[in-house]
Amino acid sequence: MSAPARPAPLLQVRDLRKHFTRTRGVVRREHEVVRAVDGVSFDVMPGETLGLVGESGCGKTTTGRAILRLVEPTSGSVHFDGRDLLALRGGDLRRMRRRMQIVFQDPFSSLNPRMTVGAIVREGLTIHRLAEGEAADRRVRQLLEEVGLRPEYAGRYPHEFSGGQRQRVGIARALSVEPSFIVCDEPVSALDVSVQAQVVNLLADLRRERQLAYLFIAHDLAVVEHIADRVAVMYLGHIVELARARDLYREPLMPYTRALLSAVPVPDPGAARERIILHGDVPSPAHPPSGCVFHPRCQHPAKDAACTQVVPPLEEKAPGHFAACIKVPAGA
Amino acid sequence: MAEPLLAIEDLRTYFYTAAGVARAVDGLSLAVAPGETVGVVGESGCGKSVSALSILRLVSPPGRIEPGSRILFEGRDLLALDERAMRAIRGRRIAMVFQEPMTALNPVFTVGDQVAEVARIHARASRAVAWKQAVAMLDRVGIPAPDERAREYPHQLSGGMRQRVMIAMALMMKPALLIADEPTTALDVTIQAQILELLAELQREYGMSVLLITHDLGVVAETASRVVVMYGGEAVEQAPVAALFAAPHHPYTRGLLAAMPRLGLLRERLQTIPGTVPAPTAWPDGCRFRDRCSSAWERCAAEHPPVYPIAPGHESRCHLAHEPARRDGPAAAGGRAVRA
Repeated sequence: MSAPARPAPLLQVRDLRKHFTRTRGVVRREHEVVRAVDGVSFDVMPGETLGLVGESGCGKTTTGRAILRLVEPTSGSVHFDGRDLLALRGGDLRRMRRRMQIVFQDPFSSLNPRMTVGAIVREGLTIHRLAEGEAADRRVRQLLEEVGLRPEYAGRYPHEFSGGQRQRVGIARALSVEPSFIVCDEPVSALDVSVQAQVVNLLADLRRERQLAYLFIAHDLAVVEHIADRVAVMYLGHIVELARARDLYREPLMPYTRALLSAVPVPDPGAARERIILHGDVPSPAHPPSGCVFHPRCQHPAKDAACTQVVPPLEEKAPGHFAACIKVPAGA
Repeated sequence: MAEPLLAIEDLRTYFYTAAGVARAVDGLSLAVAPGETVGVVGESGCGKSVSALSILRLVSPPGRIEPGSRILFEGRDLLALDERAMRAIRGRRIAMVFQEPMTALNPVFTVGDQVAEVARIHARASRAVAWKQAVAMLDRVGIPAPDERAREYPHQLSGGMRQRVMIAMALMMKPALLIADEPTTALDVTIQAQILELLAELQREYGMSVLLITHDLGVVAETASRVVVMYGGEAVEQAPVAALFAAPHHPYTRGLLAAMPRLGLLRERLQTIPGTVPAPTAWPDGCRFRDRCSSAWERCAAEHPPVYPIAPGHESRCHLAHEPARRDGPAAAGGRAVRA
């Protein structure tokens, strides 16, 4: 995927799959395989933000977790800085994890309520032996300041903070071990608009100051457009479109991406809109449709029998613009 | 404006908690005309959901609707009715759709039973007639194979389908007013588009009024004809939808619009509103927004702003209406940024 002139990707994900086996029924037990992530490939360059968008159940969160091996991938490969993450064990894996962190969606359940904020931020420093004693205290105070919290807050507990402040604590915790890559899993979806903007700006500032790369997972397309360099759209465990943010939002190629963008309510009552209303629900990832997984809901005029049979590959249709649709011509 | 269907006057709903008196709704006034959709927007803790529950008198202790509040509906003060008269209004004249259909539906009854129950209670319909009406209603709200779906339980349906069931229940008696409290917040954006379209269609068909409560300014822009912005338990700005988005007056409304990331509008940084919403046990004196406002001056601390008229149908609780020269700060640019 990468031309020789480009720098090496920081993260290289190839054909990543995560299937969960679900047991149903009490008397007649049936096992069914849920294909949460079903063959996902992408790169993240150093300092780049890749947005990962899609609706509930599309596999975006599982993708983020499988990369960090917070869930074990079923198959595929993940290379970080050239090293095969899936082959690492024990101490090697732990050392590598210092460089890859995660910020979770829910600022209420992702912080231990019995630990002070200082202890939460300090834990990583201790585990990775980055600082101890007074040096660690100093570092914790610096980190809190860096995310916009008063250093005196180190002695307080999570419940004493608002949602936005807690999300800042989560970010300070991720930064404490000086990662080069952070998976941001819906980091602002639980926050009110006014506070959401504060946290988005903070993430953008930190990225610039520390040359961080993000995998920014979100269902809010406007937030992702604001922060991402490139965007991947997921549907039923597959990446269906991937492009520079600008290209994807201005000229989406996939019928699904078009419908998704057109469904976002716009805060402009006079705006002329052409809304594509998709019919029906997202099918179950336990029983994905044959061929193109989007075909049952697709409203593309050229949709035909081939769409129900051919699994569309993610192809480069225009420079840097990939789409998985057999009806979108190359050079589109 | 025609005689309003619903007029809320100086509504105060307080919660008497160990941490003090939480003045969740604290002086709310608003009106809804027949056939109109009014959007109520605000962030968590602004009092929008408690206002909805207050209209139906569903606030339970330690919450209490304070004396002096008035909720006029079809000419009667709901707060003066006895419980029996109120029951005749709930579900029949005013119905409600909640954010989370999974918790609002009963998990041990089929959805058909739950929709039919509305007709059995309010119209004394027989079991068979109620069931038939329920299936017809499920069909009307776009549930495929309604005969079969009616026999299913809530957990067997998707989030979007459950919300359709909630809407079917709410509309069984063809109410004059539908209160929809964040009806699409738990749904994905493509499903949200389906549900909003359905609500708009049904509203036209039944000629009902809708009070739509949401945190999403985009949803309001697309569905409401008038908007009420709530902050600190009161309405800080009310306007026709076009005026509110084109010429927001209150610094809070402007801040909200500027803080929203928008599709196709690329900016270096998002504007923010500093600080967080104050606790309802301790609204600041004077203007409740002044701690976060870039234009605030002495008067804002000294005097709780009254409702100032800005234009026909447009009012704002901000002293800037009197002293516009004092407006400053980054939020003065308002929500109107140039489209990229």
